Amino acid sequence: MKTKASNEVTLEFPSHSSNEAFARSAAACFVSQMDPTLNELEDIKTSVSEAVTNVIVHAYPDSIGKIVMKLRVYPGNMLELTVKDQGRGIADVDQARVPMFTTGGEERSGMGFTIMESFMDQLSVRSVPGRGTTVTMKKKLMPRIKSTK
Amino acid sequence: MEIQAKSADRNLLLEFCGELDHHGARGALREVELAIDAALPRMLVMDFAGVTFMDSSGIALILRAQQRMQLLDGSLQVRNVPGQARRVLDAAGIGRLVNIK
Repeated sequence: MKTKASNEVTLEFPSHSSNEAFARSAAACFVSQMDPTLNELEDIKTSVSEAVTNVIVHAYPDSIGKIVMKLRVYPGNMLELTVKDQGRGIADVDQARVPMFTTGGEERSGMGFTIMESFMDQLSVRSVPGRGTTVTMKKKLMPRIKSTK
Repeated sequence: MEIQAKSADRNLLLEFCGELDHHGARGALREVELAIDAALPRMLVMDFAGVTFMDSSGIALILRAQQRMQLLDGSLQVRNVPGQARRVLDAAGIGRLVNIK
C-alpha cells in the first residue's frame, strides 16, 4: 500500500526562464516546514533549478509550455519532488543522464542530471518521445535535535 | 546577473553579482565573450564572491571562458566561490579542469 503524503503542493507555470527563480524559491518556502539545514535547502533549490531548466531548454525549445511541479512530504522527513512537462520527450534517457552530454548548445554543460543525482538521494526519469517527461527526485532530510530549553 | 569588468596590463577581472542560472547565464555568456574579445587578456579572473545562487549554467559559463582563454593562449582562475556554487562545481568535478582558488 502506498504511504499517504502528510502535505503536498502542486504548482503549474509556463516555461519562461524567469520562472526558474520562482520555482526554486517556491520549493524552498514549502520545504521550510521540514526544518531543513541550509545545505539541504540549497541542494533542493539547485535540483529544482536543474529540472526546470531542462524543461525550458529541452522539452519546449521553440515554444512556451506547461510545467507542473509537485512537492510531497512523507512521514520520516522524506521529500518527493516531481517536475513534469508535456514537451517533446527524451529519446534516450540513459544517454541524457551521461555527464557532459548535452544537445543544448554552448549555453549548457550537460551536467544537470549529474547535479540532481548528487544533491538528491534518488532520481528517476520517465519519458515518452512526443508526449513529455516526468522527473522524480527523493531526499530524506536529517532529523534535527530539538532544544528542550 | 551583473558583471563588472576591470582590465589592466592584459589582466581581466570579471566580478559576478546575482543569481547564475540559465536565465541569468545567457546574457552573462555574451558579456564575458565581449569582455574577453575587448581586453584580449593573458589572465582572466572570474570572481564569484557576489554569486548568490549557481546551477550547472554556471559550469557552462566557466567552461566557455576556459575555451576562449585557451584560444588566446592565456589562463583562467575562478576565485571566491561561495559554498553553494562550490558544491555544484565539486559535484561536477570541474576542479580537475579549471583552476579554482
